Amino acid sequence: MADDVRERVIGLIAERMAVEADQITDDTHFINDLQSDSLDMAELVIDLEEEFDITISDEDAQKIETVGQAISHIEEA
Amino acid sequence: MSCLSGKTALITGASRGIGRAIALRLALDGADIAGIDVQEELLGETGALIEQKGRRFAPIMADVTDLEQMQQAVATVEDAFGSLDILVNNAGITRDALLIRMDAAAWNQVLAVNLTGVFNGIKAAARAMMRQRSGRIINVASIVGMIGNAGQANYAASKGGVIALTKTMAREMASRNVNVNAVAPGFIETAMTEQLSDKARQALFARIPLGRLGQPQEVADVVAFLAGPDSRYLTGQVIRVDGGMVM
Repeated sequence: MADDVRERVIGLIAERMAVEADQITDDTHFINDLQSDSLDMAELVIDLEEEFDITISDEDAQKIETVGQAISHIEEA
Repeated sequence: MSCLSGKTALITGASRGIGRAIALRLALDGADIAGIDVQEELLGETGALIEQKGRRFAPIMADVTDLEQMQQAVATVEDAFGSLDILVNNAGITRDALLIRMDAAAWNQVLAVNLTGVFNGIKAAARAMMRQRSGRIINVASIVGMIGNAGQANYAASKGGVIALTKTMAREMASRNVNVNAVAPGFIETAMTEQLSDKARQALFARIPLGRLGQPQEVADVVAFLAGPDSRYLTGQVIRVDGGMVM
């Protein structure tokens, strides 16, 4: 299950940010490594909410800086 | 002209007046049209006129004040036409009174349709346009939103709000190649201005350098420019279509 979440999150980010999935690790930083802007982050959060049928509060969303943080947030949800 | 062929446009308040003229003009330019309104029969008439031009038309009965209905409407357009390229937030109402005589309901209703309706339309369409990295949003404001008008505190405030919303959305969506502009009509011959007395009309003409009321088609022509390829370097602009009333 955990691996499944990881795979889906990474797949989604790879597609959205147009990078190869195997370039993405837990430590990949959305802003520093993927050059995401605030709109990218807002869109990603909505995509994650839809993909996993969860709600991510704005407060929580702002704490997500790396791919690993996104994955653990979803696993805890 | 077929500069919009292959494009799809969603127009709120498409059953009559400026909204119908916009629907017909964008259809003439080649776009398929989805029209939102609450007046089913009139919307059907708009649809018949569009289909005569050989374009597809999807009538959508929805209330712009309801975000869920607007989201459903956008989903309907995407199902029917495959994408949404142009959104025209045109639906508007008036409930005129001097402020000291204006009740809260008149204020709230006008703000709900004219301003919240635009928010709902943009919110419903924004993600799809951002995803496809292209889109045009055109909001119908009013010169009254720039200069005020006695007896229209609610309408003027709503249209001033539309102008500020237009500029903000232009900034938010520019990086995704979505252009957001507004037209600000002056006095146009529609049901909305029909109730003006002859005396009021004559007084108006004196304030309009071109000396006459505008036609819905004349607003639609400017909307067509903002929807088409020639305005690709314009965003966050408010174009007055008012016969020179405000300069």
